[in-house]
Amino acid sequence: MTEQTPDTPRRLTPEEEKARKRRNVAIFWSLIGFILLIFVVTLHRLSSNIAAGG
Amino acid sequence: MTEKSSDTITGGAASAASPADYIALMKPRVMTLVVFTGFAGLVAAPADMSILSAAIAMLALALGAGAAGAFNMAYDGDIDAVMRRTRLRPVARGIVPKAEAYTFGGVFTLASVTLMALATNYVAAGLLAFSILFYALIYTVWLKRSTPQNIVIGGAAGAFPPMIGWAAATGGVSLDSLLLFAIIFLWTPPHSWALALYKSGDYAAANIPMMPVAKGAASTRRQIMAYALAYVAISLAPLVTGLGGLVYAGAAVLGGALFLFLSWRVLNSRAGEAGTDADGLYDVRAGDRAARDLFAFSIAHLALLFAALIAEHGAGLHFALTRLWS
Repeated sequence: MTEQTPDTPRRLTPEEEKARKRRNVAIFWSLIGFILLIFVVTLHRLSSNIAAGG
Repeated sequence: MTEKSSDTITGGAASAASPADYIALMKPRVMTLVVFTGFAGLVAAPADMSILSAAIAMLALALGAGAAGAFNMAYDGDIDAVMRRTRLRPVARGIVPKAEAYTFGGVFTLASVTLMALATNYVAAGLLAFSILFYALIYTVWLKRSTPQNIVIGGAAGAFPPMIGWAAATGGVSLDSLLLFAIIFLWTPPHSWALALYKSGDYAAANIPMMPVAKGAASTRRQIMAYALAYVAISLAPLVTGLGGLVYAGAAVLGGALFLFLSWRVLNSRAGEAGTDADGLYDVRAGDRAARDLFAFSIAHLALLFAALIAEHGAGLHFALTRLWS
């Protein structure tokens, strides 16, 4: 098990390049999903509190 | 020719890890049981809750369990690489760098606790945060490598989910939610030690003082029997408080009797005596079958108990299925 910390930058292999793209896409959609969730939860809390007269 | 900056890499960017490796980092099988027991706590709680809040609470619980799993794999990468059962985990294989696994755990801890606090209440969020830290620090860092009582005390981390689900619905802790905690807490030793009996070679190789390694197989078999008695006794307690009904009674009494029988078989077996471990989770040496059977049934029995609670409380009694929004 090695930590990958090369001394000098090198080119990514095609496999690493593909894997990094897949990870970036997954991070993108996760962030979008999280933002949407927070938005929906906020609306939900607001509407509940308004309905409760708070 | 100028080199594009995206073509050069430093640190973990040179990993061939796929999103599936990061999902594996979250221990999806453990996560399933966590969400299931957490959902049972939420459904069994005597409080009304919208489906949206309940769904987000369960998502937060799943993410929190994933965060705890990531911390565990990051810290235990060295010993996971030694054990047959865990050597294919992403950090042990080196496909996910340790630092990334820690970061992943940290990000998901923040996300899950924030979501839980926003969607439900601070008690549930606090319990979730505490359970993640308990699993990562108390169990993984401290107890796991230092005492044969590691999974007894550390088992508390896995016992929190129904309490968290209950707190998400009610905003508090009650005797019934403590009972649900106690059921999983007392279930953990016979469950984990049954596995440890037929995987003791793995644990010995990794220098983990699991009970069979530290105290021997015979002592472990006796303790499994003792904890099985305590577990079956406490699993009957919801019948006294009124939390469990007829369905639960069937699961607790009949399943409990079988649990005790399988534990008694382990007690009278030679499970865990010297030999070479087999590869798969359910593969066993001759003589270890009793331990394997108890391990497999223990999962089924716990799932059955909590499924009974969901069946009894989930059919519209406390959980308003028509209420999507508020």
